[in-house]
Amino acid sequence: MIVVEGLTHYYGDRKAVEGLSFKISRNEIVGFLGLNGAGKSTTLKVLAGLLIPSSGTVSIEGVDLVSAGDSFRSRIGYLPEDPPLYKEMTVSEFVRFCGQLKGMATAAVNARLPQVLEICQLTHMKDRVINELSHGYRKRVGIAQAIIHKPALVILDEPISGLDPRQIVEMRQVIRNLGKDTTVLISSHILGEISETCDRLLVLHGGTIAAEGKEEELVHRSQARGTRITLTLRGNAAALTTALAKVPAVMKHDVHEEAPGILRVHVSLQGDDREALVAALVAGGLGIRRMVEDETELEQVFLGLTTPTASA
Amino acid sequence: MRGIFLVARRDFAAYVNTYWGWGILALALVIDGILFNVQGLGRSPKFSAEVLQQFFYLTGGLTLIVSVPVTMRLFAEERQTGTMVLLETSPLSDRQLVLGKYLSGMAFVTAFAVFTSYLPAFIFVNGKVGTAEIAVGYLGILLMGSAGVAIGTWASAVSRNQIFAAVLGAVGITFFVVCWMLAGKVDAPFKAVISYLSFFEQQFQPFQQGRLNTEGVVFFLSVTFGFLLMATQSLCARRWR
Repeated sequence: MIVVEGLTHYYGDRKAVEGLSFKISRNEIVGFLGLNGAGKSTTLKVLAGLLIPSSGTVSIEGVDLVSAGDSFRSRIGYLPEDPPLYKEMTVSEFVRFCGQLKGMATAAVNARLPQVLEICQLTHMKDRVINELSHGYRKRVGIAQAIIHKPALVILDEPISGLDPRQIVEMRQVIRNLGKDTTVLISSHILGEISETCDRLLVLHGGTIAAEGKEEELVHRSQARGTRITLTLRGNAAALTTALAKVPAVMKHDVHEEAPGILRVHVSLQGDDREALVAALVAGGLGIRRMVEDETELEQVFLGLTTPTASA
Repeated sequence: MRGIFLVARRDFAAYVNTYWGWGILALALVIDGILFNVQGLGRSPKFSAEVLQQFFYLTGGLTLIVSVPVTMRLFAEERQTGTMVLLETSPLSDRQLVLGKYLSGMAFVTAFAVFTSYLPAFIFVNGKVGTAEIAVGYLGILLMGSAGVAIGTWASAVSRNQIFAAVLGAVGITFFVVCWMLAGKVDAPFKAVISYLSFFEQQFQPFQQGRLNTEGVVFFLSVTFGFLLMATQSLCARRWR
């Protein structure tokens, strides 16, 4: 169990993270989402033991980061966005070295190595010098070094950035394999990939958790904050503006003239009062030819959860 | 201890598995040989003890010079290549990391000292010098080298890139070398203090002459300890940024 309580971190006078609290259960794969500057990297660095928080506590299996830093770090496997690799070493040499660095006995490392190479699909590359490997394989070597010592928590920062489509599919499988016997925290900007591999999502915004839950829960919550509808109307833009002004739930709208007298309108509603919208349009003399609720993409959910509402 | 030797072994392997390490070693040995011929032997007749003293003086200086390029990469290169995170997220303490890095630098400096031993062996065979004098001279070289490596380790620990680490390390070492010149420019009681810090004129000279100087042993070990402590504190402070 990973427990973060009231985590706050300052860089000088600048606050990066404030009062962050969350828990991650054993063998859970959790996605960590956040825009640039949301405090995501700072949080990951604290969880990896690279930074000591200004206040708050972080513990893994009851071991506290501040009071037992060395023991805490032995329970962590960390892969930064750019894999840290000694490129003059072969894959086996490097992973073996990392295992020993994490405190494993030589015999234990040698016993574990084939299993790790298998999980990361690196067995056929074990004798290759890292400098000769492609970016995708280097990422896998980075994962191998992060899991060689069977950590309680594996932190993967942007594990799929820079990979080609085939490598993304393979990496997704590697991450799923990891989740079978360890807890995984993945940070990524590619939200679709997060939803593919994660059991739960944490959305970080402004240094605090803006939302957390399964993908479906976040979509539902996002929808509760507003509905986006696309309409095709017969009428003119002036009448449309007048009609929409009479509906308090309309937060914003965009209009494009598809053809003479035919308007295509995107309307963002607070809540889901689409009946009032239709009534106002009909009362305004506009002909409704088509009305479709936009499908909620994860990117929209993310933006919806991290963008203040009109009333906020 | 295992973690310290693991770090030291990897770093030392990084020296010997690249042209960098062998290049520095070869260049330093060539310069040492030439200086020994020109300065040490010279054209005028000398006692073998004088030649030996001259050898230790030159080799001591080269040891300090070698310690700069050897140590500049210890931490700064890891930061530049992004591999520092491997060490910082390992269960090794900052003290263990610094000691591991220092030992790899010392191993290289010791290897350099060992490779120079053909020159005192040449004096020993052809002249009249004792093995004790040679042993004490080499002890002095290793102690002064240790201080140089510790200064370089500290410089690398506080630097973001290798060039800056090299410049800072060179400035630090140069300060201790030119202390005797500074001592001539200041009045008492600073004169005595600054003079005491002088690597060559004050602390290394007895070793160079074959005299085991416990004050010098304590001095060089103190400088080593002080700079390694500062390097450790510098790493520790980075976690509290």
